[in-house]
Amino acid sequence: MIETTPSSTIAGDQAARQKNLAILAQAPAEILDQKFNNLTPPHYELVRQPETGLVMVRGRMGGTGSPFNLGEVTVTRCVVRLDSGETGSAYALGRDKTKALQSAVIDALWQRGEMRAEIEADILRPLSNSQTERKATVREETEATRVNFFTMVRGDN
Amino acid sequence: MYVAVKGGEKAIRNAHKLTAKRRRGDTSVPALTLEQIAEQLSHAVARVMGEGSLYDETLAALAIKQSRGDLIEAAFLMRAYRTTLPRFGYSQPVDTAKMLVERRISATYKDLPGGQLLGPTFDYSHRLLDFALAAEGEGGDLDAETAPVEDEPMPRVTDLLGDEGLIEPDPAADENAPVGDLTRDPLSFPADRDLRLQNLARGDEGFLLALAYSTQRGYGRTHPFAGEIRYGEVEVEFFAEELGFAVTLGTIKVTECQMINQFSGSAKAPPAFTRGYGLVFGQVERKAMSMAMVDRSLRWEELGEEQVAPAQDGEFVLSHSDNIQATGFVEHLKLPHYVDFQAELDLVRRMRGEWFEKRAREEAETTAKEAAE
Repeated sequence: MIETTPSSTIAGDQAARQKNLAILAQAPAEILDQKFNNLTPPHYELVRQPETGLVMVRGRMGGTGSPFNLGEVTVTRCVVRLDSGETGSAYALGRDKTKALQSAVIDALWQRGEMRAEIEADILRPLSNSQTERKATVREETEATRVNFFTMVRGDN
Repeated sequence: MYVAVKGGEKAIRNAHKLTAKRRRGDTSVPALTLEQIAEQLSHAVARVMGEGSLYDETLAALAIKQSRGDLIEAAFLMRAYRTTLPRFGYSQPVDTAKMLVERRISATYKDLPGGQLLGPTFDYSHRLLDFALAAEGEGGDLDAETAPVEDEPMPRVTDLLGDEGLIEPDPAADENAPVGDLTRDPLSFPADRDLRLQNLARGDEGFLLALAYSTQRGYGRTHPFAGEIRYGEVEVEFFAEELGFAVTLGTIKVTECQMINQFSGSAKAPPAFTRGYGLVFGQVERKAMSMAMVDRSLRWEELGEEQVAPAQDGEFVLSHSDNIQATGFVEHLKLPHYVDFQAELDLVRRMRGEWFEKRAREEAETTAKEAAE
């Protein structure tokens, strides 16, 4: 859910941006592409070209102990600057450069006050809602496999 | 004199063309798509991502298709591909307590908080071939049941025992201590637990399974209980320098296994359960369990046990767990060794010559002796 308004504090902005980037990172590429193409084409320049690389994922010994290296993931990132000056970033698992570019532009547009409401209503909120829904479905399906133990009553004879 | 020879370019080219043709098989059968492999062979994909040590479902599906289902070859392709990419850095450690759980079981507590959730599993099935799947169509009812969810926290079972002090705590996390990385520095011995866990996480499932089995059969007794196995999605977070805050990159699926093992205790510390830990990409429970059991047996020294079995020998286990290295060394024997072999051939000819010569000499001596008598 996006609750930030343009009047929010810088710290609030950062928290909201963090949430936005998480939503964009987890968005299906085709749907993001559709939504991006519905926007008025924005003017921007590339600060960092879309680039695919690796991030080494860490786990913790026993779940909470010292970190260790589990294995790598592919990650694609991108940084853009709008002609109005806002800088937008994207980081997402996978190798989709178009998605990274579009996510970075959306991040930048969100920071431009006058676009914020539109970006939230048309892009971020629907994406976030379907992500929440998907997770709820997984939970409900898993819940149906919960084991309910019952005690066997020993017969008299 | 050593004479360099070359040849076989055309044979190799044609062999690769033939492989492509055989890979495709009968063209009247539709070709596999990567989506089909990723969606419908998810355990194979998970294994390739784990042993290839690279989480990317589409790439793993491509590797499986390219290798015609040879999963070690597929993992090899993943390892080779990763060397072409720059490293952005290290993630924040994933928090398995915040997992979107799809399966969670404990063999030690019937009524543990959060409950037992079976999720998708082959357990309790009768292992009868399902011919409905062989017939055209989807094979049965695809609607999973759902049930309303009560939001109940799902503590790790080791945290429950930890509250009573019955189980050893996780080693205190020193966030600034360097974390060993096998992709940066080659393995050296003795290896600390961070390197051991990284090695096991990308180790061969079959090798780890056999070692874990050997500990159950008496080669290094650890007497394990499956304290908890959980599988599901965890978020991967990465600290982005230019932003100055951590970003969520997305979610990956992992299986975590907490094995609870028999006691240790000393003059300073009272007896408590000990633990082994397994964490692997994807739903690969057999490997997560094996990893936890081997992790525990490799901790013999720290827990003051005797070293009696192969599964406790760090150098043996960690040097042979990587199937990419293993297959490289075993399969390189297929490459020409003509010169090596020529040298051995000369040697064995000379040894035989000497052997026959010596025997002839001995026989002659015996005959001479007999004649003299």
